[in-house]
Amino acid sequence: MIAKRIIPCLDVRDGRVVKGVNFEGLRDVSSPVELGAYYSEAGADELVFYDITASAEGRRLFTDILREVASTIFIPLTVGGGINTLDDFDRVLKCGADKVSVNSGAIRRPELIGEAARRYGSQCVVLSADVKRVNGEYHVFARGGREDTGMEAIGWIVRGVESGAGEIVLNSIDTDGVKQGFDLEMLRDVSERVNVPVIASGGAGCIEDFVTLFKTLPRVDAGLAASIFHFGEVKISDLKQALAGEGIPVRITK
Amino acid sequence: MIAVIDYGVGNLFSLASSLRHIGQEVLVTGDPEALRKADRLILPGVGAFGDAAQKLRETGLGEALTNEAKRGKPVLGICLGMQLLLSKSFEFGEHEGLGLIPGEVRALSETVDPALKIPHIGWNPLTLVRPSTLFRDVRDGDSVYFVHSFQGTRCEAYTLALTEYSAPVTAAVGCGNVAGCQFHPEKSGRVGLGILKAFAETEGELC
Repeated sequence: MIAKRIIPCLDVRDGRVVKGVNFEGLRDVSSPVELGAYYSEAGADELVFYDITASAEGRRLFTDILREVASTIFIPLTVGGGINTLDDFDRVLKCGADKVSVNSGAIRRPELIGEAARRYGSQCVVLSADVKRVNGEYHVFARGGREDTGMEAIGWIVRGVESGAGEIVLNSIDTDGVKQGFDLEMLRDVSERVNVPVIASGGAGCIEDFVTLFKTLPRVDAGLAASIFHFGEVKISDLKQALAGEGIPVRITK
Repeated sequence: MIAVIDYGVGNLFSLASSLRHIGQEVLVTGDPEALRKADRLILPGVGAFGDAAQKLRETGLGEALTNEAKRGKPVLGICLGMQLLLSKSFEFGEHEGLGLIPGEVRALSETVDPALKIPHIGWNPLTLVRPSTLFRDVRDGDSVYFVHSFQGTRCEAYTLALTEYSAPVTAAVGCGNVAGCQFHPEKSGRVGLGILKAFAETEGELC
């Protein structure tokens, strides 16, 4: 039985982790390398790195940092942010990424998904979607959730999977940052329509939110969060123990 | 020195990093002569069996690997690299493998519940079925990371570990100095590093 995955997400700008973190024992709390190694040791099942860099100089720094992170963690690594072309895929894969996450780049040019899947395999292509309810309909948002594309989200995601996306990260803008739990309704509507892994993102505030997620929606494969892990509100080892105690299959590290 | 065989399939960055992390000298190489000089060989690989087998033949790397294995040099296949150690594969046709371990590669879809997602991707616990020095630090139930759509079959006598995906799935095989993992030890956290370390340190037979 495949374990449900717990995935911390790091937003990196100009080579630094954006959200302040506060862990005892970390010398440099905004070093992606230290934080990546910390999570890898702490029992995270995968790491997601988002490049939120604007400048070309920042992008170069990100690539350097990515290579360093990838050579010190020994769990799967997904990289996203600013992925618009096959050259972008190539660049991050050569730095040690295992999977590449596309979002706005695929909205601008949906063929990117199929092209990448054919070249690198579907297991390498993650479609990340920022989704928000607009007039009772799910809409896909672009540019980090700032721009309503007007596109209906479930159709977009289903087409993405048909084109070759091997995994979906569903980020609910409606629950993101609220810390009142994952968007179970949206996650159910999406996970019932696709047969690739779905990663829940947006809204986790406590351990119980993950328990509810996996108990309510057995088709959801993973839970992703950022600040609750960064600020130590939820410790990954405690979270895994709690999930195991509820009979949810997780990977326990000793 | 461990030679990681580079025959143009897959990304070898993580594997080379993880070997260096455990203190090993690594040479990523596509030169058959280098395989003769190395102490141990790792055959990685992702992608389609037929293409990979052809590349191994064309480059002479397959022959060099087979010769070294027969001389007793420790060999570890990973993912597609494990499948290539077996006799043949039925992935998109029928293809000859290196035949270092008896067995046939067949689609997971032949045995697993059709409701389950394929590829089989993720962390899944191991059940150890035969003692081996390769898994000297692995405990029953330790989880490792899989990404695959095909598996080794008819290799029961050589199976070192299984995992469960609605049906038993071959997780590792071994025969003397040659062994293979279907999962990715370089992506399997501390458990995976322990397996690579055991491979790097074993003198003589792996299982």
